Amino acid sequence: MTVTDVRKDPTTRTMTVSAEFDAPIERVWELWQDPRLLERWWGPPTYPATFVEHDLRPGGRTSYYMTGPAGDRSGGWWKVIAAEPPRRIEFEDGFAGEDGEPNPGMPTMQMRVDLSERPRGGTHMAIVTTFPSTEAMEQLLTMGMEEGMTLAMGQMDGLLSADAPS
Amino acid sequence: MVVDSPTTDRVFHALADGTRRDIVALAVSGEHSVSSLARRYPMSFAAVQKHVAVLERAGLVIKERRGREQLVRTDIKTLRHAARLLEQLEVVWRERLDRFGEVLADPTRGDIP
Repeated sequence: MTVTDVRKDPTTRTMTVSAEFDAPIERVWELWQDPRLLERWWGPPTYPATFVEHDLRPGGRTSYYMTGPAGDRSGGWWKVIAAEPPRRIEFEDGFAGEDGEPNPGMPTMQMRVDLSERPRGGTHMAIVTTFPSTEAMEQLLTMGMEEGMTLAMGQMDGLLSADAPS
Repeated sequence: MVVDSPTTDRVFHALADGTRRDIVALAVSGEHSVSSLARRYPMSFAAVQKHVAVLERAGLVIKERRGREQLVRTDIKTLRHAARLLEQLEVVWRERLDRFGEVLADPTRGDIP
């Protein structure tokens, strides 16, 4: 189990997830830094993410989209506030319109990632997500949930077709 | 392009102050009148009232007038709803970090498929 702790504070609409990995800090950092590696874990298998632009330097921009099973696309962006390889990234994460530009009508969330070496080897990673308001959280997660539902449906399809004669 | 989020600013500003964080934490357990809050802190009634107004604008507390008292409480309904939404976020991140661990452990991870 990689996740070691999850703290949720509804008052500040913040969640902190802690995880530990048996890999050196530089290798863990690569999974954030390299867009080809990032897209292997950011989106669920049925809603894979494609990173078109990815610049983790302070002030840098990231632009990505997720493709659904029906070919539908939903776009997202990051605006990097702070980055200190291989220890820290802070960014704003929001939704983009079809042109890839940030959608100003949609709320954004604040993300902070902290990596540190564990005393006996391996890497500790803490990810803090903060939402500006409950309404914003609802809006952001509802869109995320649609992707989650599609994932569950996709798995169901897989199970059903496994039983069907081919 | 920079997208400003006025709500984020309001919430972070509201919670940046120690007294205001304390008021939110206190008012979770029940209603407190502004005058009883003013007695708790070494500051004037007007100063506490200003703090409460900042919290109210950020949607963190609800203020109600009852008789001559102004009662402050943390919005429990909003909090419960927020807690349920955070449960969903936890599921998203647990799945994401499972995949993170798999990619990290994959010896061919540097290869482009």
